Amino acid sequence: MNIPRLSSILTVGALALATLVSPVKAEETVKVGVLHSLSGTMAISETSLRDVLLFTFDEINAKGGVLGRKIEPVVVDGASNWPLFAEKAKQLLEQDHVAVTFGCWTSVSRKSVLPVYEKNNGLLFYPVQYEGEEESKNVAYTAEAVNQQATPAVDYLLAQGVKKFYLLGSDYVYPQTTNLVLLEYLLSKGVPIENIGGGFRKDASGKIISAGKYTPFGHTDYQQIVAEIKQFAAGGGAAVVSTLNGDTNVPFFKEYAASGLTAETCPVVSFSISEDEFRGLPADKLVGQLGCWTYFQSIKSPANKKFVADFQAWLAKSTVPGIVKEGRVTCSPMVLSYDGVYLWKACVEKAGSFDVDKVREVWKSGVSFNGPGGKVTTQPNMHLTKNVFIGETKADGQFKILKSFDNVYGEPWLKGKFK
Amino acid sequence: MSEAPENPLSPPPLSNSTAGILAFAAGAMLILPALDAGGVIDHFTLNLWGKYFCYALLALSVDLLWGWTGLLSLGQALFFALGGYMHGMYLMRMIGTQGQYHKPIPDFLVFLGWTDLPAFWKPFDQFTFAMAMVFFLPGILAFLFGWLAFRSRIKGVYFSILTQALTYAGALIFFRNNTLMGGNNGFTDFKEELGFALREPSTQRGLFVATAAALVGVVIFLRWLSGTKFGLVQRAIRDGENRTLFSGYATPAFKLFIFVIAGMIAAIGGALYVPQVGIINPSDMTPDKSLEAIVWVAVGGRGTLVGPILGAVAVNMLKSYATRAMPDLWLILLGGLFLLVVLFLPGGLVSLPEKIRGLWKKSIPATLPA
Repeated sequence: MNIPRLSSILTVGALALATLVSPVKAEETVKVGVLHSLSGTMAISETSLRDVLLFTFDEINAKGGVLGRKIEPVVVDGASNWPLFAEKAKQLLEQDHVAVTFGCWTSVSRKSVLPVYEKNNGLLFYPVQYEGEEESKNVAYTAEAVNQQATPAVDYLLAQGVKKFYLLGSDYVYPQTTNLVLLEYLLSKGVPIENIGGGFRKDASGKIISAGKYTPFGHTDYQQIVAEIKQFAAGGGAAVVSTLNGDTNVPFFKEYAASGLTAETCPVVSFSISEDEFRGLPADKLVGQLGCWTYFQSIKSPANKKFVADFQAWLAKSTVPGIVKEGRVTCSPMVLSYDGVYLWKACVEKAGSFDVDKVREVWKSGVSFNGPGGKVTTQPNMHLTKNVFIGETKADGQFKILKSFDNVYGEPWLKGKFK
Repeated sequence: MSEAPENPLSPPPLSNSTAGILAFAAGAMLILPALDAGGVIDHFTLNLWGKYFCYALLALSVDLLWGWTGLLSLGQALFFALGGYMHGMYLMRMIGTQGQYHKPIPDFLVFLGWTDLPAFWKPFDQFTFAMAMVFFLPGILAFLFGWLAFRSRIKGVYFSILTQALTYAGALIFFRNNTLMGGNNGFTDFKEELGFALREPSTQRGLFVATAAALVGVVIFLRWLSGTKFGLVQRAIRDGENRTLFSGYATPAFKLFIFVIAGMIAAIGGALYVPQVGIINPSDMTPDKSLEAIVWVAVGGRGTLVGPILGAVAVNMLKSYATRAMPDLWLILLGGLFLLVVLFLPGGLVSLPEKIRGLWKKSIPATLPA
């Protein structure tokens, strides 16, 4: 056998060995998976969730852990790569045998790991606002359903005397679904169809299959769309409902401000911009515009004050490589991650077991936790009842709370519900 | 076609490690599933190796163009993903009414308001049709694009840019919900393949064997091709296209043939990838996926048969390991390794033994290296 042949086999063999060797199991801990993107396009948002999860685990471990066992986090990087999410989910469930996983941000990452959790009967806690139309027994949706964000926001705008709604979003499943639900909701509230802007797409039979205006991810040219909004808002009493995601918001709001539209003449309510996004967005361009979440950092409750202070203190002494310590804020997905860990702990302790089926039974029976955003309660449909807040953007990237809706029941199946 | 190796002008056909890689893949094809069935390794590991072998097919398709023909295509991910989508359409149909909405058409169509299956979806109920499309669609696309590009004498960096634009355009088309191919989320939540439940370890073992067999088949085919006169012309194009052209060879036709073959090899990889990974979506056709495959080939060693396979397996294995073991630092580690390879091992991992032998010989002055 010649040398190149032997060496290539040896190299492959050595690497093969590296994946086969699994870490030693410790008896007194419970393994918990953290499956977020720490690199790639989603890292800017998801790394904050990893941080808050590690903080929560430390907080629980300092008080004795769960069922007397310390939480041992298994952090993996999904790298904003959806097939890699599926691979990492398999690794967490089939090699590490984690009791529960906290993870995912985008719907596509959740969709890619869902078959893995269903196959292995695992449990995934999903903390980010999403489109609904899904109800898996293997996912605990701590996320906002559409009726915990979009419809309360519209209720608020209607109460403010808004009569015309322009629907705008990034072209993917969350905005598409949200806007279809909003269309039905607005019609059911007596808003005439000509007062709903952004355009409609109909199928051959004339049924509306898509409502609103859509732009691709990373779109930068909003001149035409803003001109259209200006025309739409000309008579007054109009608002924009935006499900634009990520950096696209920068050119949109710049164009919006440049066109002379303001929060007074035509407010924009955004569902994808939280305090954490303002670390990368110019907040001064958005002053007065609206946001709607189940938590704002500006909530004045002792529980929230303690949470924010404890998190900052934890960050200051954290030794996680590369963790950002300056200018950190808290936001709704972070708090829903935090609430999720405590709800899981409560369910495990009530069940007296880490077994997924037993934990799920307790979840379905209804467990409450008083988190930084107020009380959250688990529901039989794997979602959460929680409070919803409408806030107004301030120049420092925080929100002034204008209105709250208490104990809103999370409902994933909304299409065709409002007639 | 045995006269080719006797030609004194021909370089030694590829690498002499080909037999090694064949033995390795063939051995893996038998040993890994046996270990899996016996419970020695877990299903996850076997599944992972299946994915690595799919990536190895993609890497081979890149190398066939880049290393052997001198065409740096940044669009191979498109053919890989198209192959995946074609197989995915069949798998989506096999979900039947087990989707979220329990309707006889795929969930994303229900979501878009469709009540009947669009016409172009209908033939994909047939496994054989879907398999034929795995070859046909990427093949016809490669043919049309290659015909236009090579006829217009598009070469070098311009060819790379165009192929990159091609895959980007493909991703944009598939991102649209209106394309009726699942939009941003793509296809997922597959249930069955030819009546076998995909969640069964035995089905996954079968898919792994099929992947390893495909890899062995492609390696044998490429090994054979390189030994023919065709392979000689191919290398001549790489080393001096104008001279080859002036010697009377219609180089555009040769390049077109290679481009179509490479597209189909990538498509086979993609088709086998989808049921093992469980998802296909437009992020798999973005230009950075093609670039990743080029990195594998560069790390493994281009212009060889072993290099691309070694590179694809080694880099992805390292990625699998490092995203778990050092989730905060793995990119730095991987990037550092690429730099080291480019700086100190321009021939890739396959040249490592030569390098070591060279250092050895330097320290003990002896006969000149051949």
